[in-house]
Amino acid sequence: MFEPIVEVKGLTKFFKSLRAVNCVSFEMYPGEILGLLGPNGAGKTTIIHMLLGLTTPTQGTIKIFGKDLRHRREEIAEKINFSSTYVSMPNSLTVKECLSIFATLYRVKKKEDRIREVLRCFEIESIKNKLVRHLSSGQQTRLNLAKSLINNPKILFLDEPTASLDPDIADKTRNLLKSIKRENNLSILYTSHNMKEMEEMSDRLIFLHKGEIIATGKPKEVIGSFRGKDLEEVFLKVAREEAV
Amino acid sequence: MALFLRHMYLYRRSIPRIMEVFYWPFLDLLVWGFITVYLSQFRQTLPGFITYFLGALILWDILFRAHQGISVSFLEDIWSRNLLNLFASPLKPSEYILALMFVSLVKLLITSTVMAFLAWLFYSFNIFIIGVSLIPFVLNLILMGWSIGILTTGLVLRFGQEAEVLAWALGFLFMPVSAVFYPVSVLPPLLQSISRFVPSSHVFEGMRAIINSGRFPLTELLLALGINFLYILISTTFFHLNFRVVKKKGLLVRIGE
Repeated sequence: MFEPIVEVKGLTKFFKSLRAVNCVSFEMYPGEILGLLGPNGAGKTTIIHMLLGLTTPTQGTIKIFGKDLRHRREEIAEKINFSSTYVSMPNSLTVKECLSIFATLYRVKKKEDRIREVLRCFEIESIKNKLVRHLSSGQQTRLNLAKSLINNPKILFLDEPTASLDPDIADKTRNLLKSIKRENNLSILYTSHNMKEMEEMSDRLIFLHKGEIIATGKPKEVIGSFRGKDLEEVFLKVAREEAV
Repeated sequence: MALFLRHMYLYRRSIPRIMEVFYWPFLDLLVWGFITVYLSQFRQTLPGFITYFLGALILWDILFRAHQGISVSFLEDIWSRNLLNLFASPLKPSEYILALMFVSLVKLLITSTVMAFLAWLFYSFNIFIIGVSLIPFVLNLILMGWSIGILTTGLVLRFGQEAEVLAWALGFLFMPVSAVFYPVSVLPPLLQSISRFVPSSHVFEGMRAIINSGRFPLTELLLALGINFLYILISTTFFHLNFRVVKKKGLLVRIGE
């Protein structure tokens, strides 16, 4: 049995009187894709931000690689990374400059080789000297993903990574992530509003509603527990509060 | 190093940004330079140190650039929605501030060199006439500019983009009590008392003393240095405490997206 690489216990977050996350506990294992699912305001992004150390929990503990995030954030941050549709790169820099900056920040050895690798991986070699502001939204997303892999992370936090991609590139990106996961035993915490994608990508799902876990398990188990025909139907039931 | 490169890359190819570094200092130099030339015509009725105006202008600009070098570079990261990428990395807040200090140092070195050269070219004013005494005073102005910049950064973190205007305005708040163009003695008693706690007032008083009497004002220098260290300590503590608060309130995420 593998040791969990992420252990979250009793995670709670209040924003003034609003309870955004309520006593959430879960574990994540090496090589696993864990999908965080839930309607808007369910607490998915807040959980990711707490796991990245960008938001401080009101209560609860987060251990990553067995280390307490509160005290050893920088050490942990070297081995994790993230990508979000809502965060971008400096738009006056070129693709290569952005990657070079983040390779330095993450103390990547053999920087140039690694930059070449991720550029090739996401098929953005041809635009490496283009300014970020001249990229299409799909290209920007791929750059964000390339940045998220620059340090060869052990854990990747992806907040709606394919939101602005066309179906072709989204499919390629999903396949690429799955192959990187297989090759490097990468663990991915994944959020998306595309239910088919969540079903396809996730080894395990955590279904959140109003900051609480309402179901967890393999996609089929979660669908079964709500007696739905697919994840989309389950999601709609939960969002419209028919099932909770 | 990575953050320093990030800001240097910006300036390398952006003509508007390069212009911004030189545009305002150049305009200031022209306006104040011609005022100085004009006033010099009344040499018999005005004190001899009127040419000091130009030097004072260059020195004030050093403080202002040091402040802006930190606060505007921080705003660049907010505007480009890149802040979360940075703070999700192993970067420590203290390293971030250090990088911005370094960026501001490079920017103001370039600006000041150009301004000193132009002052010499247009008005035959040599700022280095004060000699090596200039160095410790300039360092004090940089320190004060940094503490205002760090304070501004903390305020923008806490109050969001509404506080952006402080990135430009806060430095000017200290100008009336800094005795840049006039001695502290012309200020009303209350402002004189306030100016004692403003390092730049000791710097400019010290510079005037050098020009007028030729003696090195060690007391003024030590006072400026002592207050500056206190202000750097206060502003960095303020930044770190604020950083903790914004993470608690979820504001870092809001300002970064």
